[in-house]
Amino acid sequence: MTPTSSSTASTASSAGVFDDIVRSESSLRRFLHGLPGVDQVGCEARAAGLATRSIKTTSKAFAIDLAIRMVDLTTLEGQDTHGKVRALASKAMRPDPADPSCPATAAVCVYPDMVATAKQTLGESGVNVAAVATAFPSGRAAMDIKLADTRDAVEAGADEIDMVIDRGAFLSGRYLDVYEEIVQVKEACGDAHLKVIFETGELQTYDNVRRASWLAMMAGGHFIKTSTGKVQPAATLPVTLIMLEAVRDFRDQTGQMVGVKPAGGIKTTKDAIKYLVMVNEIAGPDWLDPDWFRFGASTLLNDLLMQRTKMTTGRYSGPDYFTLD
Amino acid sequence: MSNIFEYAPAPESRAVVDIKPSYGLFINGEFVDGHGTSFKTVNPATEEVLAEVAEANDADVDEAVKAARRAYTRVWSRMSGAERAKYLYRIARIIQERGRELAVLESIDNGKPIKESRDVDIPVVAAHFFYYAGWADKLEHSGYGSTPLGVAGQVIPWNFPLLMLAWKIAPALACGNTVVLKPAETTPLTALLFAEICQQADLPPGVVNIVTGAGDTGRAIVSHPDVDKVAFTGSTEVGKAIARAVAGTEKKVTLELGGKAANIVFDDAPLDQAIEGIVNGIFFNQGHVCCAGSRLLVQESVADEVMERLKRRMATLRVGDPLDKNTDVGAINSAEQLAKIRELSDIGEAEGAERWSTPCELPTNGYWFAPTVFTGVSQAHRIAREEIFGPVLSVLTFRTPSEAVEKANNTPFGLSAGVWTDKGSRILSMANRLRAGVVWANTFNKFDPTSPFGGYKESGYGREGGRHGLEAYLKGADS
Repeated sequence: MTPTSSSTASTASSAGVFDDIVRSESSLRRFLHGLPGVDQVGCEARAAGLATRSIKTTSKAFAIDLAIRMVDLTTLEGQDTHGKVRALASKAMRPDPADPSCPATAAVCVYPDMVATAKQTLGESGVNVAAVATAFPSGRAAMDIKLADTRDAVEAGADEIDMVIDRGAFLSGRYLDVYEEIVQVKEACGDAHLKVIFETGELQTYDNVRRASWLAMMAGGHFIKTSTGKVQPAATLPVTLIMLEAVRDFRDQTGQMVGVKPAGGIKTTKDAIKYLVMVNEIAGPDWLDPDWFRFGASTLLNDLLMQRTKMTTGRYSGPDYFTLD
Repeated sequence: MSNIFEYAPAPESRAVVDIKPSYGLFINGEFVDGHGTSFKTVNPATEEVLAEVAEANDADVDEAVKAARRAYTRVWSRMSGAERAKYLYRIARIIQERGRELAVLESIDNGKPIKESRDVDIPVVAAHFFYYAGWADKLEHSGYGSTPLGVAGQVIPWNFPLLMLAWKIAPALACGNTVVLKPAETTPLTALLFAEICQQADLPPGVVNIVTGAGDTGRAIVSHPDVDKVAFTGSTEVGKAIARAVAGTEKKVTLELGGKAANIVFDDAPLDQAIEGIVNGIFFNQGHVCCAGSRLLVQESVADEVMERLKRRMATLRVGDPLDKNTDVGAINSAEQLAKIRELSDIGEAEGAERWSTPCELPTNGYWFAPTVFTGVSQAHRIAREEIFGPVLSVLTFRTPSEAVEKANNTPFGLSAGVWTDKGSRILSMANRLRAGVVWANTFNKFDPTSPFGGYKESGYGREGGRHGLEAYLKGADS
């Protein structure tokens, strides 16, 4: 998938609409702290309630294929090699070599130095290359280094940039710093799509997640993303629920759609379907599309493939029948 | 962009339940024939006749009370609390083991979604038996003494058939009383299955007697001279009749009656969760809940936003087959109740309130009513004053906390209320000023056996649940 013209247009920077809010630290703080609070118990109960939805037959087949198309197949390890990234990219293009009808994933997600390798393998397959940048995962580096990191990835051919916010600045209430950081990284992205990672496991409260969501959306992020995968807890249903409410409310106010990407800890088809149910019921069916919802995952894909094979053949095959890349 | 992400039907299997063609009365540990005119119980979702059920006449009720009295004097009141507890624990465990069967049967007979009978009703039923089993050998620490009253006559409604049974039977038995219980005529099946569970648990004969029938059977129980205690949950109208019937007798009475609860949303509330609470408050169990949040009081400054969000959320409610695991709102329990809901809703419209119902398709057979909300309602409207007991919400607005309290308390009822705000101090001050037995803060319709439940004013008297619930079944500390 390459960013389509319609999605580029509809996620154009929101600058202008929120000028008054981001004018000063105090006006931004007033706005973020004026957002309706989140009741923890109620939010978790709602997420748990949606997780009991039961999906059957045709919808399940649809959901599995959709989930595969939404996967950002990820490897973010110190031990990554060019060989590993090439293998992963091949898998992203043809997840199930035994079944050509199996769709490709949305993207592969790698460190910036692996972007060129991934791009070379993926070519014009339509599978995007996403690169984590801005001193991922901690985000603890000077601003010019973060921007250089971003430009480096974009120049190497990244279609999407997954940046991390400065959680230290956020938690100490320097919201404007976080806002400007996102704006600058977005500029450095050029045509590449920007996903903004909050690391919700470090933000801790749902109120913070909601504030971070609005901050990132106002700064022009194309996607808001839960986690790096390096901190526990990573993505959870309630956190994703809050973010889905935020993108829904943001569209109500501005007409612009922003995507959501839970990442880390989503391992099974059952989990993925719970997320899709939540997307459908909270944000609405418009978000049931790889342009607007992604899974940051590695092991999830094989479980999706196993369930997919089960749906078509009626039998489970063992893990040895699926590639381990 | 695809929109085919629809939920295919996911029905819970009916195979786990075995509905007999006809049922007798459960008296003295055995099923016996009734001598009244038997009646049919139907599945409200399909209008299918489920079973023929015996009606207990005065003589049958007399037999049941005699059996209860015998069991009381010879066995149950003499048994140590620890021994009684063993039976209650055993019943609680059997309820858990047969939970799926009970849940499916409850949904078939009552019309409530399986999601609720499976995740709320049956687990809370088991929890009640476990909780009161724990009290049975500790009554001297209850503050109400440890002397039982005798035979309890109990009449329960159709909205939570087995749960109301548990609320009545568990504390009664824990305290050493025996019972004669009448389930509602439209939902007798789980009570009769509970009778089987009593047999399975080897409960001594006569400790629990279940007699089925309608108003006449209930009257026979309440007015029976050898009944020491009357416990009733149901309409305020019948509650008043019972209060009159027992006036001047030695009988102790607890009544848990109607409600018209105010669910109060302040402008600083966690709005998304408040919307869930409003939905849960009025559409849980099709609104067949005495403590339902049927009056939404919303602060004017957020009224438009709340209504917009509420309607969007209501549009996602799935109305239909109660046995489908994805169903949120099931069937109205009876044709009679449906007619009452329709009548009051039509009156609401005629009186000038604005009606909005979710655009959902309703099944052709059975009794159904789409989730409905009325805006522009004033205190003078009948839909703001009378209990509708259906999925119908009346929305009023307020400007200040005092106005919210005034409006919330301006009702003959006083069973429950809800407060939604992020401000802890406001929750406490509101809870002090609201004249309601239960005040929920940032949640609604939560039930737990450790928490007492009961009303002010026309919502009845006495408390059920918790330590307070023991008072209704003990003679008191001085006796």
